[in-house]
Formats: sequence, C-alpha cells, structure tokens
Amino acid sequence: MSAIILLLIASLSVAAVFLGAFIWSVKHHQFDDGYSPPRRMLFDDHPSEDIPDHSNNKKAVHGN
Amino acid sequence: MATTTGIKLTCYHCGDPCTSATITLGEKTFCCEGCRTVYQLLDRSGLCEYYRLNARPGISRNDTSYKDKFAFLEDEKIAARFITFRDGQETHACFYLPQIHCSSCLFLLENLHRLHPGVIASRVNFETKEVSLVFDQGKLSMRKLADLLSSTGYEPYISLRDLGQERPAVNRGNIYRLGVAGFCFANIMLLSFPEYLGLERSDMFLRNWFRTLNVVLSLPVFFYSAQPFYQAAWKGIRHRFLNIDAPIVLAIFVTFGRSIYEVLSGTGAGYFDSMTGIVFFMLAGRMLQDRTHRRLSFERDYTSYFPIAVSVLREGREVSTALPDVRCGDTLVIHHGELVPADGIITKGQGLIDYSFVTGESLPVSKDMGELIYAGGRQTGAVMEVLVVKEVAQSYLTSLWNRQEDKKEEHSFIHLLSRRFTYLVLFIAVCAAIYWRVYDPHRIAGAVTAVLIVACPCALLLSSTFTNGNILRIMGHNGLYLRNARVIENIAAITHIVFDKTGTLTMPGSEDLEYQGMPLTPVQRKAVALLAAQSTHPLSRALAQHFDRSDACRILGFQEIKGKGLEGWIDGNHLTLGSYAFVTGSMMDDPHTCVYVGWNHRFLGYFQFSNHYRDGIDGLMGELGTHCRLSLLSGDNDRERPRLQALMGQGAHILFNQSPEDKAVYVRKLQRRGEKVMMVGDGLNDAVALRQSDTGVAVAAGGNSFTPASHAIMDASELHRLPRFITFCRMAKRIIYASFILSILYNIIGISFAVRGNLSPLIAAILMPASSLSILLVTYGSATWAARYLGFSTTATTEKDHVLS
Repeated sequence: MSAIILLLIASLSVAAVFLGAFIWSVKHHQFDDGYSPPRRMLFDDHPSEDIPDHSNNKKAVHGN
Repeated sequence: MATTTGIKLTCYHCGDPCTSATITLGEKTFCCEGCRTVYQLLDRSGLCEYYRLNARPGISRNDTSYKDKFAFLEDEKIAARFITFRDGQETHACFYLPQIHCSSCLFLLENLHRLHPGVIASRVNFETKEVSLVFDQGKLSMRKLADLLSSTGYEPYISLRDLGQERPAVNRGNIYRLGVAGFCFANIMLLSFPEYLGLERSDMFLRNWFRTLNVVLSLPVFFYSAQPFYQAAWKGIRHRFLNIDAPIVLAIFVTFGRSIYEVLSGTGAGYFDSMTGIVFFMLAGRMLQDRTHRRLSFERDYTSYFPIAVSVLREGREVSTALPDVRCGDTLVIHHGELVPADGIITKGQGLIDYSFVTGESLPVSKDMGELIYAGGRQTGAVMEVLVVKEVAQSYLTSLWNRQEDKKEEHSFIHLLSRRFTYLVLFIAVCAAIYWRVYDPHRIAGAVTAVLIVACPCALLLSSTFTNGNILRIMGHNGLYLRNARVIENIAAITHIVFDKTGTLTMPGSEDLEYQGMPLTPVQRKAVALLAAQSTHPLSRALAQHFDRSDACRILGFQEIKGKGLEGWIDGNHLTLGSYAFVTGSMMDDPHTCVYVGWNHRFLGYFQFSNHYRDGIDGLMGELGTHCRLSLLSGDNDRERPRLQALMGQGAHILFNQSPEDKAVYVRKLQRRGEKVMMVGDGLNDAVALRQSDTGVAVAAGGNSFTPASHAIMDASELHRLPRFITFCRMAKRIIYASFILSILYNIIGISFAVRGNLSPLIAAILMPASSLSILLVTYGSATWAARYLGFSTTATTEKDHVLS
C-alpha cells in the first residue's frame, strides 16, 4: 500500500512542478504576445539580446 | 484616385500607387521621397530583409512630420512617462507604434541597433504594438530615439493621454486562477477514480487519504479560483439584480459545504470533482469571452487625440510646452500636419484647416489672419501662429467629450433567462423538500442540496461564454472588434442603421475628379499638372496628383490669387486654373466643387471634384436595405445628395449640415420610436451619437488611427461586410438559445435523479462534465460553421506572411 502513497506523492509533485512552470511562464510574459516569438526565431541572425524586464521598476524612475 | 497612366506602378516601400512624378532607384519605384529615403537607409545598413519578409511592408512617408516634432521629449517630465528604467549608462523606454502590422516591422524594429550604435536592444510586443528599447543615453537622447523611429516610418504615437495617467498594469490574475483550477480539477478527478470504481474493504485507509487530499486540493479552487464569480454575484446583489453568477455561486457553496460535510462525517466522497470542474470550465469560458483586444481602446477621449505638447512662442523662440501648461494669451506655432489644440485667433500665416474629423466637412477650410479657429482641426497649410483664447480643457471639442449621457443599465438576455431558471430551481427544491418532509424527513437535506448542485446553470453560462468568445474571436480576425459580448446581442437586434458620410462612406483625403469640356491635349494636360503643383491648395494638390508630370518645364509669371485661382505662362501659353469668375470673368453660382481651366484666355472646361466612396458601398447599401432601415447624417454640405440618395435607396433619410448634437438628437428620436439604432461613424462629430446609439461602430482606416469612444471598432476596408456581420450576430443568438434548450434537457435528467434523493457522486461526476463538454462542442462547432458559411476566416493568419511560406 505504501507504493500507492509513494505514487500519489510522486504524481502530485510532478503536477505541482508543472503548475509552478505555468505560473513562472505567465509571470515572465510568455502569454502576452503570441505573434512575435514564432517569427522572431525565423529571422536570420539574432536581432537583439533579451531585454531584462524592468516594467515593475517604473516607480523607481518616477520617484526621483 | 483614377490615374491617366496606363500601367499602375506601386511603391516598392509602402505599396501605394505612384501617382505623381515617379521616383526611381535602380529598378525600384517609390511613391515619394520619404519612402525612397527609408529604403536607402535600410539598404545602407543591410536591412533589406525587411522587403524580403513581406512585399511592400513600409509605411507611407508621404506625410512627413516637421523636424522638431519630438522636441518635447527633451522635457524630463514628459520623457519620464516613456522611460521604464534608467541607470548610469542605459535607459529603457517604451513607445506605442500603431504602424506595427507584420513580421517585417518586427524585423526592422528589433534590428534598430544596426541603424544606430546608440541602441543596445529593442523588442516588440506585437499584441500591444509597443516597442521596448534599451539605449545608451550617452549616445542617444529620447528625442533622437523618437526621430530615429520616425525616420524608418514608425513614428511613435504620443498624445495628451500619455501625460495623464499611468499605464494600466496587465492583469494576469485570471490566467493564474485558471491554472490553479486546472491543476486541482485534474488531480481531484484522478483521486476520485478509485472511489467510483469501488475500493475493497482492506483499502479503507487509502480512501481516507484520497478524501483528505481532495479536500485540500479543493480549497484553492474554492477560495482563490472562484473569486471572480463571488465578486460578480455580490455586485449583482448589491444592485438588486439577480445575475447568472448568483445561482452559480449558490451551487458552488452548496456543493462545497455538502462535500466537506460528507467527508468529515464519513458518509460519502463529496462532489469535489464536479465543483472544481465547473469552476475550471467557467473560468476558461470567461477568459475566452473577456479576451480583450488590447491594442484597441474603446474608451478614448479627446486626450488621446490631442498632442502631448505644442510649440509656444516665447520671446521670439519656439519652446516646446506640455499642453496642460498652455494658457490663454500664449501664441502657438502650428506646423503643417499639426492639430490645433485650443480655440484661438490666427495672428500670422494662413490657416487651411481640415475639420473633416471634427465636423465632417470633407474639404479643408481656409482661414485668414484675425479669424477664430476651433480646436481639433488639422493644419494642412504652412506654418501659422495662433493666439490662444480658450484653454484646452474648455474648447468646443473637449466640451463635446465631457457631456455625460445618461447611462443605460442593460442586462444580457442570458441574465434574464437565468433569473427565471433560478426561481424555477428554487421552486423545485422547495417541492422536493416538502415531499421528503412527508415521506422521509432524513432525506430532505440530501435531496435539496442535490437539486441545487445539479441545477446550477453552468451549462447555460458555459454555452453563452464560449459561443460569445468564439464569435468575438472570429469577428476580430475579420476586422470588427467588439468591446464585449453584450454588443453581439445588440447588433443582432438592430433595426435602423445611421451612417456618417465623411470618412465613413468616403475615403478621407481622396477625391474623385472628372473633366468636362473640350478635350485637353497632352501639352495642356502637362501644363495643368505643372501649374497645379505650384500651389498647396487641396484642390491643386489633388489635380497635380491626378496627372503624371514627368518632365519639368519652366513656368513664367506664376501667380496665386487666394480664394480665386492660379495663373502662369508655360511654353508661351497662358493658363488659368480656378473659380468660374476667375477664369471667365463672369459670375456663376455652382453648388459643386469645380476647378475651371482657361487656356490663352479661352475657357476650356472644368474639373469636377466629388467624394471618393469606399469600395463595395453600393452593394452594402442594397444588402443592408433588406435587413433594416437606413439613414445618413452628414456634417458636410449637400452637394452629393443626388448621388447618395441613389446609393442608399429612396426610403433612406439623408440629412446634411448636421452638428454633433443634431446627430445625437436624431438617434434619440429613432430610439423613442422603439428602434434599435446602430450608428456607424468615424469622427469626433459622431462621438455623441455613437454613445447615444445602441451600438456605436467606429470606422478606423488601417487600424491605427484615432477612434472616438464606441462599442465596436471596424476596419474601414471591411465595411462592405457589415450585413454579414449582422447576420452572424443573429445566428449567434440563435445558437445560444439552442444550447440553452440542450442544457435544460441535461438539467431535467439531473434533477430527476436529484429529487429522488439518489444523486450519487458518480452520476454527478459524469453528468456535469459530459453536459458541459457536449454543449461546448455544439456551440463552438456551430459558431465556426456559421462563420465559414458566411465567408469569414476563422483563423488568425489572414495577412500574407512570407516568413512562414
């Protein structure tokens, strides 16, 4: 019976990992723009490095 | 515009027809100098892949802005609005570029670092049409950056609105909620299987494990994911209106309470899977329906039309000043193509003001020194100076916006249906309670809760949200963007359509012209084009564009007499262009807009100008006439009446010289008669009527121009499909009714179990998802079929995208 408990824990934690991955990807704007990424990767050379996200730091700018 | 040349040449950069003097570079043709400059710029920097990704992806550079346009970005306070981050070396800025439309735009904007070494990186968000830029502030200023973007054809759209408010944060709460609900639903379903399939006596302790886990997993759904429903229901109750969320919340509460009770008392497994399933599906439907078109704004007011800053003359110098800081008595410098931001008096220069957006007049109005001009017009002449007599917030235009219309509180028929449904369910529950009270009081609680659980109108809600969501999506792909799902119902009920003329039925800025009189010889044609090209008057410009002026000739004795016409000597021939009085010397009253031609003091003929109607308008009116009644309200004069009456049919009401208020009054009058009115307009002069109407459709050319507040935004090129959009909305309503009948059938089956008090979790677990899923498939499928039947594309990629081919 302990095998089932183990399996249960395993399955739940795998599912939790996927939930975590989902939340992470939403947080990192992966659901914001469905158009650009599939086209961007087809351009011949890499146009630019990723921009670190600073949209949350906006207040810091306005604060001065 | 009709061209006299045989072969149509299109611009290599922007795809516009090359009407006037064609500019060539190698084998490539360009419509204007601006387009060629952009091509050369990209060519030098090795960015010609721009033209390989999509054919003619450029933005027409015909209307170039003056060089100090972005001077206001040197103002730290204004610039800070666009800066998202700044440190010692680099600055991060974000601009809205409405011109973004294809993968070429993406390519070019993300390769800006190859155009200017100061740009470190750039990234486009296609959905919001924004570009985030990282640049070295030592090498590039905000102003230079905006100029750089403009030089490639992507001019940042900066309006007064940007100064006013913080950008709203993107709300991702519902995505998280959906994720959590999906996770819990799937796991609870898995953990419930053993119970349904039957556990052996020796596995009893396992059963308790499963049940406990189910309780734990259901908590986040109950307390977190279902929140939007609680909020909506609470809002409804506070407004004394029983909306569809109320019975759903009741069902969620009852299901959760009874399930917890069953588990704690050890009497059963509860209905956790049903509850989480309902929440998950309903959240998914709601997301589909509420997926707004983020790049479009339906709530625009004058602030997104007005510029953020203007040039104010201070001590003889032009100083760029934020618009709210402009005071009465300031002198503004208005350049070509700029908006007049406040009511004022012209003190220097000449105004040639295009009011088509504000009043609906199709031709620019000429204003002289000392004349009063109203805010909102666009200067199409040269530079002028204007003394401000009324502050921006008090001008005529802003007063149009500020007028508050009485807000109509309307509710979707879904809510009304669900209300009756709820009363019926409560009635059945009471009946069941009375019945069991007589025969077996122990089963009262069981039967009543079962009725409430099973009769939850989630199937109805699901069918309407998914159908509406699907229809909003399909319409969006086809160029009609609706504000919300309510608009679908409103469109379905339309009985009367009111059109605006200028900019809605006609193409703004393009006029048809027709020549009447003695035929012109090639020499004469060339001369007319040449002479007309010397003037900035809109009619002269239209004439010059009409003819191909390939080789240059000298003009002697050129003279422009304001308000009358032009004259000059070309190759020894005397040519006059202008009003009848100017050309022939005698007076004649003519309601039409004409330019008369005189050749060596002999009258030859005249060019008659008329509005250029959008393609497919004839068919549109014919088709719409069978659906509903039609009216046309124009702010313009009535020179086009016969043509419009023929176009719209004899039954149509056509009124001219209508003020914005007149239009709203007309719409209200129709509504009093019980008509459901759709107003189709484009300009500020329609703004009041758009709000007054049951469905206000703002027509936008190219999807990037400013539209007044409305219920829906339509791509101007799709206007001819309006009848089909209306039919589609009517079909949508029928589909929702059909799915409602289906969901009632399911409910009858469920209730027949429930009132007998033997609704097992297994039956609930099968019935709920089965009914929901089958209804989803039916509504989704039939909506998609209806769209195909009407010739709408149901997929997102309507544009030619060469990257993928």
